[in-house]
Amino acid sequence: MSRGRSRTIKVDVLARVEGEGALTVRLKGDAVVDVQFRIHEPPRFFEALLRGRAFGEAPDITSRICGICPVAYQMTAVHAMEDALGVTVDGPLRALRRLLYCGEWIESHALHVTLLHAPDFLGYESGIAMAKDHPEAVTRGLQLKKAGNELMRLLGGREIHPVNVRVGGFYRVPARRELAAIEERLKRALDEALAVVRWVRDFPFPDFERDYEFVALRHPTEYPILGDRLVSSRGLDIAVRDYDAHFTEEHVERSSALHSVRTGHGAYAVGPLARYSLNFDRLAPVAQQAARDAGLGPVCLNPFRSIVVRAVETVQAVDEALRIIAAYQPPDDDAVPVVPCGGTGCGCSEAPRGILYHRYRLAGDGTILEAKIVPPTSQNQKTIEEDLWRFVEPRVHLGEQELTWQCEQAIRNYDPCISCATHFLKLSLERA
Amino acid sequence: MGARRRLKLAVWKFASCDGCQLSLLDCEDELLALAGAVEIASFPEASRAVAKGPYDLSLVEGSITTPHDAERIHQVRRASKVLVTIGACATSGGIQALRNFADIGDWIPLVYATPDFIHTLKTSTPIANHVPVDFELHGCPVDKRQLLEVILAFLNGRKPALAAHSVCFECKRRGTVCVMVADSTPCLGPVTRTGCGAICPAYRRGCYGCFGPLKNPNTASLGERLRVLGQSDADLLRAFRGIQAGAEAFRKESESHESR
Repeated sequence: MSRGRSRTIKVDVLARVEGEGALTVRLKGDAVVDVQFRIHEPPRFFEALLRGRAFGEAPDITSRICGICPVAYQMTAVHAMEDALGVTVDGPLRALRRLLYCGEWIESHALHVTLLHAPDFLGYESGIAMAKDHPEAVTRGLQLKKAGNELMRLLGGREIHPVNVRVGGFYRVPARRELAAIEERLKRALDEALAVVRWVRDFPFPDFERDYEFVALRHPTEYPILGDRLVSSRGLDIAVRDYDAHFTEEHVERSSALHSVRTGHGAYAVGPLARYSLNFDRLAPVAQQAARDAGLGPVCLNPFRSIVVRAVETVQAVDEALRIIAAYQPPDDDAVPVVPCGGTGCGCSEAPRGILYHRYRLAGDGTILEAKIVPPTSQNQKTIEEDLWRFVEPRVHLGEQELTWQCEQAIRNYDPCISCATHFLKLSLERA
Repeated sequence: MGARRRLKLAVWKFASCDGCQLSLLDCEDELLALAGAVEIASFPEASRAVAKGPYDLSLVEGSITTPHDAERIHQVRRASKVLVTIGACATSGGIQALRNFADIGDWIPLVYATPDFIHTLKTSTPIANHVPVDFELHGCPVDKRQLLEVILAFLNGRKPALAAHSVCFECKRRGTVCVMVADSTPCLGPVTRTGCGAICPAYRRGCYGCFGPLKNPNTASLGERLRVLGQSDADLLRAFRGIQAGAEAFRKESESHESR
């Protein structure tokens, strides 16, 4: 590439992500002069339309933010409401919530690993195109995805926008025999999930690592899905209710998603890499062993290897689901009683793509006065841009098509969900 | 004789949650067969590859909420032989149609610090308000069995065979005990079209109308019944002004409960 020549690499519609985004990378000679990861998903104003709604409606309304991770929205909403109303949901009800959430992790991770991300490593335009040469891998991925969906359908009534979650618990909890019916299916899913780890571990991973500040939930004993403490790889250790004192959202022109930063520190990363690197010690033995066998250490700093981490987390989710089902004793009541009262509550949970935070302020009769929602992809936006700054420069010699594809892949490392983040992608590389 | 040309399928997204197009990827057992039967010509959520139009069948998800999208839908229509809208957003405006009952100017600053960056319309409207639509598939989200039926019907040049009765019929068929009769739980089942499989009452909750109104629903009569069960005008307003707020019959019923 001749010095001083300017190029622009542009991707107007980023494929294999949920929602609409774009990327522009401007190059001058061999130097990157600008990276803009844009979200042009039309804004839907959830935080405004929640005002005036009843507290009990939040799980069903906020699930409509994202068809890929509706359970994450429902779970975060109910936790925030329960925090505001002074209610604690524990025991089997909490276990069932984790079980439903495991279903969403399995479905979402299997979708991304096999159909959306693997084609990048193997050089296919799509999972469907990949199926011609790798029929067993694609079929296995689809079957694993299906197992996650079956779990969600059992506990939630349907896989997209489940109907069974309410503030205080569930509308109807399953009987033991209903859960037992899916046990055999999940045992097969565990074999499938382990096979996926063995399949992805030898993919060609670009040599790329960064010293991220990872942020994830941390629980005394569990690999984090639900929890009330947030930790970071740079010493942050706070209660979820102190989130707003430590993180700030910024509005930038190129995006209908707000960018989050850790106040006074800058960009941070959430999602599988963060969760894994901060909670390796909380993984079940079978997941830890799968990670070691795949060549992962207890910390993973290469975002391209997130596909391996997602595969390991799928093992974790299936194993966890099996353990919850084995220990399940139905609770006496489907939900704990909830009495509306005024107050403010926060909730945070680990969506497949990273932490999701909700905060609500309620009037005395339980009407929502104010809502704040911070999805994982908007928290990762700044980190994604920073990755691209570092990633592109050593690769400017690549041809237009190859470079563009690799940039897309670097973004798909985050499994970005743009429907969620909008208040959130299109890729263009400009060589000015 | 040569092989029949594979029909070209395109999937388009406007303002939405991606859930309805995900329903297509959720057809785990049928996806690869479908991809063999049709050419998936444009489906950005699943593939980088985009084939040029025209397309034999376009599935459109999402509602029109920006000036840009109000233009783009005309391009999609021009490129499509058959255009089918899928889901509540595309058929009635979706949950984001709650803006139609408010002043969007008041809303933007509640979410965005720099409102000047945001280009949005005052309303969220269904696709049929902008271009002719060949078929509307309802639901939030659409039911994947219904989605497959619609795709197969259009690929074979016939009309989709979808039931048009209420959720109540489905409960009877499933043998689900009526939550309104047995538990006095408010339920929109009598006025809501079937398609979901009547799942809410099977989980002992009332239907919340996410498949929208059936044809000629008696919403006023249901409103009176719900009032007997203790629902206030504010409750009824919210019940009808939810996921399907923009659907004509639900919109009118919700307006009849405004500060009465």
